[in-house]
Amino acid sequence: MRPSTAPTSTSHGIRISGVSKVFPGLPRPAVDDVTLDVAPGEFMTFLGPSGSGKTTTLSMIAGFTPLTAGSICVDGEDISRLKPHKRDLGVVFQQYALFPHLTVTKNVAFPLQQRAVPRADVEARVRAALELVGLADFADRLPRQLSGGQQQRVALARAVVYQPRALLMDEPLGALDKKLRDQLRREIARMHRELGMTFLFVTHDQEEALTLSDRIAVFNNGRVEQVGTPNELYERPSTLFVAQFLGESNVFADDGAEVVVVRPERLELHAEPGAVPDGCRHRKAVITDIVYVGNHHRIGLRFADGTEGSVMRLAGTALPAAPGESVVASWSPRHQAAVPRPAATWGV
Amino acid sequence: MPSTRAGRPRSIGWGLRLWVTAVAVLLLAPTLVVIPMSFGAGQTFAFPPKEWSLRWYEEFFSSPQWMSSVVTSAQAALLTGVLATVIGVAAAIGLDRGRFPGRELLRSAMMAPMIVPGIVVAVAIYGTFLRWHLNGTLLGFVLAHTVLAVPFVITSVSTSLAGYDSTVEVAAASLGASGWTVLRRITLPLLMPGIASGFVFAFVTSLDEVVIALFLQTPEIRTLPVQMYDSITLEIDPTIAAASSLIVVVTTVALLLPQLVRRRRSES
Ligand SMILES: Nc1ncnc2c1ncn2[C@@H]1O[C@H](COP(=O)(O)OP(=O)(O)OP(=O)(O)O)[C@@H](O)[C@H]1O
Ligand SMILES: [Mg+2]
Repeated sequence: MRPSTAPTSTSHGIRISGVSKVFPGLPRPAVDDVTLDVAPGEFMTFLGPSGSGKTTTLSMIAGFTPLTAGSICVDGEDISRLKPHKRDLGVVFQQYALFPHLTVTKNVAFPLQQRAVPRADVEARVRAALELVGLADFADRLPRQLSGGQQQRVALARAVVYQPRALLMDEPLGALDKKLRDQLRREIARMHRELGMTFLFVTHDQEEALTLSDRIAVFNNGRVEQVGTPNELYERPSTLFVAQFLGESNVFADDGAEVVVVRPERLELHAEPGAVPDGCRHRKAVITDIVYVGNHHRIGLRFADGTEGSVMRLAGTALPAAPGESVVASWSPRHQAAVPRPAATWGV
Repeated sequence: MPSTRAGRPRSIGWGLRLWVTAVAVLLLAPTLVVIPMSFGAGQTFAFPPKEWSLRWYEEFFSSPQWMSSVVTSAQAALLTGVLATVIGVAAAIGLDRGRFPGRELLRSAMMAPMIVPGIVVAVAIYGTFLRWHLNGTLLGFVLAHTVLAVPFVITSVSTSLAGYDSTVEVAAASLGASGWTVLRRITLPLLMPGIASGFVFAFVTSLDEVVIALFLQTPEIRTLPVQMYDSITLEIDPTIAAASSLIVVVTTVALLLPQLVRRRRSES
């Protein structure tokens, strides 16, 4: 076991190479040849629709599910054949998974006892971990005497107190209501900054993914469609699935085997084709509706070929037209992303 | 699962309360009649007794025959409780978690002694134990009673397992606990209510068992129920009422104890 008394943990990278998981009886692999590099100290998120293989991948990293093929290395050491308790990773579950018969203190002390940490250190480190999640006053409670949000904080404290090589979280905010989610999400971001630990986070909520992550791996049908920073994924989606899963997009048929994706805030609206700036591309459209969303307006469009799209306008700027009117939408080719035309259906 | 136990049960209406009381009286009254009878002073059974005395208790506690049967019964019941609990807990967990062919068959086989008529089990055990020279030994009583008691332990532990989320075990493993540690520090403590009531049922099963014990007895070693049976077939005197009263009290206390402990714990 690593000695882990240092106040800050050193960071560790995770390399997932060619990992697959086939469940007998399922028509296709749950995880299909996934290769990913998680840098030391990185906050990496697995994002994707239900059933896309996020949990299965995380569970293979944690050691709960054996791999069908491939390997998983932490700092170059192949851990894919190790039992979960030998992997030295922290895991946080959607349903908290606290030990119901142990107090908060004993829950958090549990991993330290497994590592034979001296009693005096245990006490100090448990207190530090509970302070990190703001629960120092709840040390003697049983889990059932805590709210859902508090229980998940205890689970977080328990999963980082022994400074594991990385922290894996499977939809840790999934069981909480909106307000608590936002609050705990900020705390997870803060913990990541303070601990400098490698975080692997699973969600199907794009807002969570975009606000927390250094990089996002977008899962679909057991495969990783694209890995990149939130900005890269948003501005330069490499597949139509990614473009449509993350944020809104306007999709235009282009020549050949590609389609073009333009984000709503990159479209300009004009009354007639003559007003389109030089070098810009354009399509005719009819305004279907205008909705006020927080600090901007979302203008719904139906293009000449029947596809739907949208434009974003900051609230306060003059609206160019009203519902039912014909307009011309234009964009600069710099702001378009060309992606392969999908062969058939995709995603959910 | 603990949160539901900690919750107060809803209060029940008067009609239902009356009904429950009536059923309880009907079920318990015949048993409870022996208690006053055991304090009678007369030579024969009388209810209610005309005069009161402790003479049958004195008779009971000063008879070497009665006393040795009490000791045998206590030993057999305790050992059966322990052995059946160990086997039953392991079996319940294995049947719950294991994914192997013949699992349901194995479960039925282990539950069979609950369904098969006692006399059939008794004859079978008698025949087998004759060959193994286990008749008339404490080990013989313990093994035979364990066979009868294991189904009770499996049932009560399986009930605990049904309301149990095994994610905590996965979590414990991720935190560095080996399989044994998970069992010792997480699984068993969480199943403790089921294990404790399984133990009590096993203990009481052995204490009350008479058919097999009749077959396995020898003049040197017999259990309390067998001694009682023998005493009525030979000569009837109210010593047996004293013995019965003691058995009723011990079984009742054994069955109520876990509930009382649980209530005390959930109140604190
Ligand atoms: N133990 C299992 N046995 C059989 N099939 C499984 C098992 N676990 C997962 N699967 C299947 O593997 C696929 C991927 O599941 P997984 O749980 O990894 O998806 P996910 O991306 O985590 O979805 P969600 O967002 O709903 O949690 C699904 O089709 C699922 O039905
Ligand atoms: Mg999942």
